[in-house]
Amino acid sequence: MADILEIRRLTKRFGGLAAVNDVSFSIPEGGIFGLIGPNGAGKTTIFNLVTGVYSLTEGDVRFRGKSVIGLPPFKIADMGITRTFQNIRLFKNLTVFENVLTACHLGASYSILDSVLRLPKFRKEEKALVEKAERLLSIMGLTERRDLVANNLPYGMQRRLEIVRALALDPKLLLLDEPAAGMNPDETEQLMRLISRIRDEFRLSVLVIEHHMDLIMGICERIVVLNFGIKLAEGCPADISKDPKVIEAYLGATEEA
Amino acid sequence: MDWFYIQGILMLAGINLIAVLGLSLLTGFTGLFSFGHAGFMAIGAYLGALMTVSPTTSPAGLGLPFAVGVIAGGAGAGIVSYFIGRITLNLKGDYFCIATLGFGEAIRLILNNVQLFGGSRGWPGVPYKSTLPAIIIVDILAVIFLANLVRSRHGRNMIAVREEELAAQIAGVNVFKYKMIALVVSAVYAGVAGVFFGHYMTFIQPKMFSMTKSTELTIIVIFGGLGSISGSVLGALLLTALPEILRAFEIWRLVFYGAAVILIMISRPKGLMGGMELTPAGIRKARNERKARVQALKESKNSQNGEVGVG
Repeated sequence: MADILEIRRLTKRFGGLAAVNDVSFSIPEGGIFGLIGPNGAGKTTIFNLVTGVYSLTEGDVRFRGKSVIGLPPFKIADMGITRTFQNIRLFKNLTVFENVLTACHLGASYSILDSVLRLPKFRKEEKALVEKAERLLSIMGLTERRDLVANNLPYGMQRRLEIVRALALDPKLLLLDEPAAGMNPDETEQLMRLISRIRDEFRLSVLVIEHHMDLIMGICERIVVLNFGIKLAEGCPADISKDPKVIEAYLGATEEA
Repeated sequence: MDWFYIQGILMLAGINLIAVLGLSLLTGFTGLFSFGHAGFMAIGAYLGALMTVSPTTSPAGLGLPFAVGVIAGGAGAGIVSYFIGRITLNLKGDYFCIATLGFGEAIRLILNNVQLFGGSRGWPGVPYKSTLPAIIIVDILAVIFLANLVRSRHGRNMIAVREEELAAQIAGVNVFKYKMIALVVSAVYAGVAGVFFGHYMTFIQPKMFSMTKSTELTIIVIFGGLGSISGSVLGALLLTALPEILRAFEIWRLVFYGAAVILIMISRPKGLMGGMELTPAGIRKARNERKARVQALKESKNSQNGEVGVG
């Protein structure tokens, strides 16, 4: 299968500090890919580089064969890459429904004049957007909370809503930044099933940053390990969990007695 | 109180409302604070006067119809705002606010010192053209335009920028473009308000468009409630009329005005309307949100009780 995302020799320096240093890996289409590493390893920086929030120092990021370097985040989103945030960033004062409806906007093309004069094009496309938002909410089990203001949602639901909002863009590649942070084992289990289901139902590829090893080992087909901005290892979960370098990075070097 | 006096207050409130509605889009819906919109009003007022003032007076105008003045004033302010936006809209939050403050003061100082339009002495002889029906019609059109813009994908994108700029970008919103649309629309509104203001006072002077005027507009938007068109309408009517109602207090008038605004902001920190709209749909929406919140609270209580029971 073709690679959906290709990261080549990616480097990002903040002043003298290389947050990401010469990292390369590729994500195959339809895969669930894990990105792990200790705190400060550069995982979120990679997300910020891929989505255009930061500009990179060196290297190349290619999405479906096209370079995304230098494109603003909203164009990259339009191409089909979207993400969630480690610290949830919902439109807090809007309802669950409005959060999703807002993100559906790329599916419509009516102009400001169309909306001000309420022309037929506006009515037709707006109806389609509302239907799409409602369909997404019902697939993801949020219909009952439709009118709840996002800020008042329970924590786990906020994470879920952020994923739904991302799906509203019809992405081809979904980047999840610690989706299970702060979740109990039950919720994590549910989330794992959700991620696999999304991948199959929406036909997309997933790159997930996570500290919950159960989740990473449970759903990822391949894993990249970062430490201090450098790629430490790459492989399938079974190999990674046995890799001495990875164990050392997480637990510290074993002392020779 | 005779009708002429009341009519005067209503006209001023209506003129303020035009500018406030525009600012409501920029501040209430898109989340950008401006302390320079009196500058756009000044541009509108002076361009409008340039069109309508008779060629025989000094400084001379072009003697064109009032409608031409309204269009020129609105368009002029909009065009200027586009160039201001190109330079300043990349600034983050507070810095944009300071840039607008500088812009407003710069416009006033330029008009003060350039003698072409009368300088600081002002420009007399602006024809009296603002009528109450004309102002009401413009207000209604302004409300319809704004309400329809806000309740569309374009308006939702602006609200997304206000709520969480980074998330909006990641959701494919061209943040710069939507900030620009909000700025230009708000400047056109302010420009049109300026034209009506000049043709109501029949005399314009740079001093009328000082920072105090900009602040007054922003206060009305916040007072009415950010993100609420009905709030802006109520705010403009109340806060324009309030100083007049307080005339009985003579020199203490503005002290009472300030105290009244502070009291209301303390009792309703989110402004009069707090983001709610006074329309059937708006009330239904607020009711649904409350219902959902109550239900969610109930559910979380039930599940907590359940856990305690099991433990």
